[in-house]
Amino acid sequence: MTSALEFDDVHAGYGPFRALFGVSLTVAPGEAVALVGSNGAGKTTVARVASGLVRPTAGAVSVGGVAMTGARPYRFARAGVAHAVEGRSVFATLSVEENLTLSFRRVRGRAGVRGGLDQAYESFPALARRRHQRAGNLSGGEQRMLSMARVMVEVPAVLIADELSLGLAPKIVAELYDDLSRLRAAGTALLVVEQLVGHALELCDRVAVLDHGSVSWTGSSSDAGDILAAGGLMGAGLAGVGPSGQAPLDHEKAGL
Amino acid sequence: MATDSSSVGADFLRAVLQGAPPGAVYALVALGFVLTYQTSGVFNLAFGAQAYVSAAMYFKARLIWGWPTVWAVLLSVVVLAPLVGLALELLIFKHLRSASAVSKLVVAIGLAVALPNLFDIITSFKPASGVTPVGVVPGGADVFYSVFGLYRFSRNELVDMGVALVAVIGLGAVFRFSPIGLRMRAVVESARMTELNGIAASRVAAFSWALSSLFAGVAGVLIAPRFNTLGSSDFFSLMVVAIAAAAVGSLASLPLALAGGLGLGIVIAELNTFLPRWGTDSAWVRTVQDNLTPSVPFLVLFAVLALVPGIRRAQGAGDPLSGVEPPPTARAGRPDPRRAMAMRLLGAAVVAGGGAVVLTRGDQLWVYQVTQAVVIAIIFLSVTVITGTGGQISLCQGAFAAIGACTVYQLAVRYDMSVLVAMLLGGLVAAAVGAFLSLPVRRLGGIWTAIATLAFAYFFDAVMIKLSWVGGGAASLLRGTAVPRPRLGPWDLSHENTFLVFAAVVLAVVAAAVVALRSGTFGRSLIALRGSEVGAQSIGISAARTRLTAFAVSAFIAGLGGGLLAISQRDVNYGANFTPFAALFWTVLVVALGSRSVPGALIAAAAFALFEPLVLGGAVVGWLTRERHPLPSLFPIDGKWLFILFGLAAIQFARHPEGLVEYGLSGRSRPARPGQPAIGGNRS
Repeated sequence: MTSALEFDDVHAGYGPFRALFGVSLTVAPGEAVALVGSNGAGKTTVARVASGLVRPTAGAVSVGGVAMTGARPYRFARAGVAHAVEGRSVFATLSVEENLTLSFRRVRGRAGVRGGLDQAYESFPALARRRHQRAGNLSGGEQRMLSMARVMVEVPAVLIADELSLGLAPKIVAELYDDLSRLRAAGTALLVVEQLVGHALELCDRVAVLDHGSVSWTGSSSDAGDILAAGGLMGAGLAGVGPSGQAPLDHEKAGL
Repeated sequence: MATDSSSVGADFLRAVLQGAPPGAVYALVALGFVLTYQTSGVFNLAFGAQAYVSAAMYFKARLIWGWPTVWAVLLSVVVLAPLVGLALELLIFKHLRSASAVSKLVVAIGLAVALPNLFDIITSFKPASGVTPVGVVPGGADVFYSVFGLYRFSRNELVDMGVALVAVIGLGAVFRFSPIGLRMRAVVESARMTELNGIAASRVAAFSWALSSLFAGVAGVLIAPRFNTLGSSDFFSLMVVAIAAAAVGSLASLPLALAGGLGLGIVIAELNTFLPRWGTDSAWVRTVQDNLTPSVPFLVLFAVLALVPGIRRAQGAGDPLSGVEPPPTARAGRPDPRRAMAMRLLGAAVVAGGGAVVLTRGDQLWVYQVTQAVVIAIIFLSVTVITGTGGQISLCQGAFAAIGACTVYQLAVRYDMSVLVAMLLGGLVAAAVGAFLSLPVRRLGGIWTAIATLAFAYFFDAVMIKLSWVGGGAASLLRGTAVPRPRLGPWDLSHENTFLVFAAVVLAVVAAAVVALRSGTFGRSLIALRGSEVGAQSIGISAARTRLTAFAVSAFIAGLGGGLLAISQRDVNYGANFTPFAALFWTVLVVALGSRSVPGALIAAAAFALFEPLVLGGAVVGWLTRERHPLPSLFPIDGKWLFILFGLAAIQFARHPEGLVEYGLSGRSRPARPGQPAIGGNRS
């Protein structure tokens, strides 16, 4: 059986800075894998490689058994990969409705947009009330809701969820994870990047621990949970916030 | 005053009708501007250049090749204009998608300088004087339609207004309701996030550029008949006026841009109608009229900047995925100290050797040209302060320099003051003006500083330089703006060699001051602000006060340099030295070669004054081959190459803001050693 998403010895980085050193990872169709690790371990880079945002410098990536190495992000999206990016994952300058239309229009054509919107508003009534507002004016939770509404209506083959819980109230996080398990039931393969391991372990079948840019441990969620309870596993990655966890030096980028 | 009310009403209405056609022209350009900004995220100061290219192509095909109108329009507007847009996107802006708005602005300024010259050279186009550009509309300038017996619209004017109206409705509809409009807006915010939606962002962006460039072509061809001769600087100044109209809608709204354009046209027409009527008996009204009318667009722009708080927010949301981009190569990659010292010694040796040769062996012409380079270098150091250290784009350094030059002229002529004292006072006056100018923009920063300073440059050009107490007014037309050379103790500065030495000493003092400034508290504050405004303010740096000081210091240096330039040329020569479009090239040149270091400014000045005689004029090759005129026989040489080369060189600003000189010196930054995770390489 072909895997929904497969990394084979992937190396990647940003310009001269290298972030991944031979990551191999498989997500089977319908499977949910949690990717955990400390700050700076390379989780977000794995997510970005999986949706084509960052091109691997070596190694291979395939989606649904089709080689995608080096392809542009829109090819990944058309192959069925959805990526809920870390932080703001909606177009702040577009209205709620335009955000949804943007993705429905491509998949469903002109005629299908209306139906998709109705479906989205039915599942998320809060969005219906704010349909003409700029998405940038929504709260963090509502923005997340908006990006979830997109994938709930147009169910992808693979969803990469990067730090969904970041900065959100526990109640909303719980709702988001309910949505994820519904997606799973609908057949979507999930790659869940998280620092809050609790929810992720509950949702996922398997766990991969990323440490300094490579996978240091993989196993079932229950094993991971046991070791975590014993306080052992995370020594491999979660506890060790080393020098690689420092904030990126982007001061030059901010101004001239 | 006994005027019956019906005639006031009729005059008012007539002025409305009269102002609408020029207003429509402003609106056309403003619409194109908003269109480009909204579809590409670039504050495209090259829009005027794009319009010029189409207009010139049309002119060439229609009048020189004698093509029929339809074919000429097809070639210049339908084919050439979108191609230019595509080329800009594919060659340049595609690679700058996540660069800051200011960097893109600088790239656009470089293009504004390079594009028209490139076109002129490729097509060997010369705007023939005496041949008035012909419009697209048959009989456009000759057939009139009377409205209510008040005003007669020419066919051209009706077409301008019609196209502006249709454009607002059509482009607005495309923007709001069409899928491609939605995609264009999405790509502007984040090309990467658009791709995550399965949309090929590069194709959307290419379409955006083709569309906005097509519109530039339409505007260019429609507007061309308004000018007597076709020149890219006219298109540029028209564009600056149009920016005022676009700013009314915060660069975001097409209908407001149209309203702004029409409003400008009508207000100017009303002023022209009513001011003379009230001014029949008092002379001062006439003065007001002469100066108020041309300054309306700039007053509007400043009013918008100062009074509309919304534009601060109009800067749009950044790309949330910009972190995907590799971090910029750090400017901090200093060359190793020994190499730096070697370069410094080498530089000093070249300067000393060159200076000695010029002083002892050079003829009058060479001494003059080197003196120009030295004086211009002082002015260029003002760009080093404001842009290199302060991170602000100021496009009115020409006006500051002109203020210095005019102060020297006025004080020397009226009060018989020593020109050297006057030069210092000129710098102070320029500093005061710079400080005042920075008041409305000091909290805005970014592209708005560039816009405001550009507006001031044109305001100075259109209004102030014509005043008798600034540029000399009518008196200067008769007697010129002569400035004497002074004596300084035992040295007679009217001797060219002595003056060169004097100018070099002033340059050395200013350069030392700039270096000292940069390493002091004030310089550090500026650099901190450039890095992160929020961060700088969090450690107690006042952005507003620091910017004000930076403007004042930079204006002082520019004013000083301008004064010295006037003394060296023995004349103010405003038209040859300080016009806004000419001064635009200063910024381009300094930025291309290196706005962050003193050597960058010096080399830029050398390039400005000596590139043409040395390289293009063939002096170097001539010296190498021992022939007198070797180059013109080799290939046709054109001074325009200077603008093309450095205009295109400015494009690298977005990636290497340190400029060619420093980039060349420091070499490439060393990559992190493989096998080790780099600090800051990953953000998860």
